[in-house]
Amino acid sequence: MRFLRIKAIAKKELIQIWRDPLSLTIALLMPVIQLFIYGYAITFDVNNVTTIVYDQDRSSLSRELVAQFRESGYFTVVAQVDKYKDIDAYLDSNRARVAITIPYDFSKKVRTGSQAQVGVIIDGSDSNTATIAEGYIAAISLRYPQRITARTVLPVMDPRTRVWFNPELKSRNFIIPGLIAVIMSVVVALLTSLTVAREWERGSMEQLISTPVKASELIMGKLAPYFAIGFTDMVLAVLLGVTLFGVPLRGDIVLLVVLSSIFLFGTVSFGVLISIVAKGSQSVASQIAILSTMLPAFLLSGFLFAISNMPKPLQVITYIFPARYFVTILKGVFLKGSTLTLLWKEGVMLAMAGAIVFFLAIRKLHKRID
Amino acid sequence: MNQTSAVEVEGLTRRFGDFVAVDEIDLGIGKGEIFGFLGPNGAGKSTTIKMLCGLLLPTSGKGSVGGHDIMTESEEIKKNIGYMSQKFSLYDDLTVKENIRFFSGMYGVRRERRKERMEWTLEMAGLQEKRDEIVGALPGGFKQRLALGCAILHEPPILFLDEPTSGVDPLSRRAFWNLIYEMSGFGTTVFVTTHYMDEADYCHRLALIYRGKIIAEGTPMDLRKRYMKRHVLELEVERMVEALDILERRGINAAIFGSLVHVTVEDVEQGIADIRGAMESSDIQVKRIERIAPSLEDVFVTMIEVA
Repeated sequence: MRFLRIKAIAKKELIQIWRDPLSLTIALLMPVIQLFIYGYAITFDVNNVTTIVYDQDRSSLSRELVAQFRESGYFTVVAQVDKYKDIDAYLDSNRARVAITIPYDFSKKVRTGSQAQVGVIIDGSDSNTATIAEGYIAAISLRYPQRITARTVLPVMDPRTRVWFNPELKSRNFIIPGLIAVIMSVVVALLTSLTVAREWERGSMEQLISTPVKASELIMGKLAPYFAIGFTDMVLAVLLGVTLFGVPLRGDIVLLVVLSSIFLFGTVSFGVLISIVAKGSQSVASQIAILSTMLPAFLLSGFLFAISNMPKPLQVITYIFPARYFVTILKGVFLKGSTLTLLWKEGVMLAMAGAIVFFLAIRKLHKRID
Repeated sequence: MNQTSAVEVEGLTRRFGDFVAVDEIDLGIGKGEIFGFLGPNGAGKSTTIKMLCGLLLPTSGKGSVGGHDIMTESEEIKKNIGYMSQKFSLYDDLTVKENIRFFSGMYGVRRERRKERMEWTLEMAGLQEKRDEIVGALPGGFKQRLALGCAILHEPPILFLDEPTSGVDPLSRRAFWNLIYEMSGFGTTVFVTTHYMDEADYCHRLALIYRGKIIAEGTPMDLRKRYMKRHVLELEVERMVEALDILERRGINAAIFGSLVHVTVEDVEQGIADIRGAMESSDIQVKRIERIAPSLEDVFVTMIEVA
């Protein structure tokens, strides 16, 4: 294998990318912009849940309860209604997500020590928000008695929970590292997938395969510039995650670089493979690239939906997607400060996946027209 | 590589499904020869040249290019040839210099030779002043010469050119053929495909291909003598199409050549008489009728009719 030829191809590719300002901008900015948008857009934190109150008691105790909802910061009381019918109106028109109904005998029951019932109606059409709101409400109601009586009421069980690795339970911390993995998977594969297909479409591929260049040299030459671009994207994404989104980076940077490089190698090789298989059609190549990376990376990598919650057969399938390993790696390095001893398995899987795809690409690149 | 022939193939065939693009052709090309492969579009010229370059695997047949087997040693073949594809295949978004540098790297031109070859190519193509210009902006004639230059950076003994003069102005075409002659003079074997009949005369030897088969082979002189048993008369009349119709109905072989009609006849005197008779009976005035030397195009058209 001649390094001279690999260098010639890499240089040519780099010049071509550089001379096309549009593709260069997309290559470098697209991941950053996507991270920016989705980083802000995807959040599981529930704040400012619109709430209405139907207070039939109107006592100082009932007002105290409503105040606690307000002070929690999670609920925004938008109106006090005086008719049950109004609850329907507010919930149907989406002006409120939660309605609290306090019965007329609320304060009497509380003062006499019997169980007071408070009704809570939650808009379940957004089950995610509903479930979380339910949790908040339960917590608030648990604390309410302690606020209004002098006696400390001992609950049946007092869970003292500490959340490790993401103590504020900021969903952002949990989302951003995975999001970086997903974006990298898609963008890098998409960019690279056009490279060989474009040469065929232009006719320059025919000229290339008439030279003594080897398939392996051709592929390595094409890998290099796209790897460099992917690496730059990775650096930008990490910087953005840490500085703008405030995601902690607790692990070793060198480890991050090494494991990201292995991942990038595999993804770029995958892009080249798609490019070869798409038989000279850039549009087919890009479609294959998107279809084969986006959904698996988004849904099956453990990015948003825990793999352990999936049905067993699907769990097995997730093993073939490199994004799965990279999500684990990034979450580990960012949030847990994981070291190699913990992540070596993922690293090995990524390396293996990369090697397989690389050699497959070499095999599939025939230096013939048919 | 001490043999006298650069290219030797026998029974070369290529099928695409049911379609036979190249049908059992035999070729023998000597070192230093300029060999022309003529035929209309779709005849199988490009397919043949691609098989010889190792770009397409023949369906059947045997042979060698530069001493290497066409069926099993296509990568070896590629080391010893230069190939200029039909679309010129330069990188339109790279400069002249960048293209040369790229192909130097691809063909493995030795470092010591690279600068020299770069300067030679620039001079040969007339691009010394334009070395930093983007290739996409160059006129066709320049691109063509540059593409040729890039194909021979490594000074290969055999050169394959697929329709190198397509869409290029006549002046550039002439200049291009001068270059080919120069190279042939240095001992390079050149295999050229073209559909321009007038370029046939530039070649040492030719093969005429039609529908995948070779229908004639030899030097330009040979072809004229051997295949042209008949004579060609050139006829200038007013109503050409009508005249053609009349002649054909009388079983006289005629074809339109530009603004004239070429008629092939066995006997010149008789032929002239027949034609005059035919024209007069339909009241078409004959402006001129005379015998001409058959051009290769005449030969070819005749051959096709026979085929």
